Amino acid sequence: MSEAHSAEEVQKHVRMYMYIFGTLLVMTAVTVAVSYLNLSIVPALVVALVVATFKGTLVARYFMHLSGEKPIIFQFLILTAVFLVFMFILFIWALSDQRGVASYVS
Amino acid sequence: MEIPYTVHPRPDTGVTNAKVGIWLFLASEIMLFGGLFSAYIFLRMGAPEWPGTTMSGHYYASASDILSVPLAALNTVILIASSVTIVLAWASLMTNNFSKYRIYMGLTILMSFGFLIVKSIEYSTKFEHGLFPSESTFLAIYFVMTGLHAIHVIGGIVVNAYLLGPGAKMWKTNPTQYTNRIEVAGLYWHFVDIVWIFLFPTIYLI
Repeated sequence: MSEAHSAEEVQKHVRMYMYIFGTLLVMTAVTVAVSYLNLSIVPALVVALVVATFKGTLVARYFMHLSGEKPIIFQFLILTAVFLVFMFILFIWALSDQRGVASYVS
Repeated sequence: MEIPYTVHPRPDTGVTNAKVGIWLFLASEIMLFGGLFSAYIFLRMGAPEWPGTTMSGHYYASASDILSVPLAALNTVILIASSVTIVLAWASLMTNNFSKYRIYMGLTILMSFGFLIVKSIEYSTKFEHGLFPSESTFLAIYFVMTGLHAIHVIGGIVVNAYLLGPGAKMWKTNPTQYTNRIEVAGLYWHFVDIVWIFLFPTIYLI
């Protein structure tokens, strides 16, 4: 996005960076506060990952300028996401496969 | 041989070659950390207890009993702030303000060292209590993931320090290419920030 931005546009970006910074700090405080509620594992995991995903999206969208990025970058990221999901599925598949676990534990 | 399309976008991709390069590198990094996160979930779901009942004679009921949440939260704030300063460094170059750029890039490097200092305090406290990677599966995956992340922080410091020091000569000869370099270095640094944003809750808080 470097070439096409005027000084005025950059100043607007700078204001946005400050809002995002404030939001990220608030969300970090929320993450820590929720951890003190001693939720059971599933709701704790859901809250933590939802907040982390929201924070990560803000960083990617605004600081990494993904919102105005060219299609080729999104093509890279979509392909990476497909491989990532496939890898997660392999791990979950392995978890559900309990063959041999009993003999290993004993 | 000079690398083409470092200043102006390549017509077919619409972006500079440096940007294509960094995003491909970041894609490989996503798979690297994704593999470790998968391993973490696999180990955790398969473990009868997490982090483990006793280590070095002490009972630990949760990860936050072993790890320091305040120190990790402080490191989260430091990394987020450094992400802001590096993007402000780039914005300063976009408005031709080199002296402001130097301040923001200097702050980014300072905060990176701050992150490593906090991390070393955390590690040394663990070692003093006999909590080594070999003690439990939890400690093994904790040291591997945070250690690999810390190596990435060191890599970022090296690149950013070069760009602020000897690499800054390019600002006089080719300011557009130099600004693109800072943007690319910033993309890497934001990725390091995002990895920590996910590491903090999954390892320290849950």
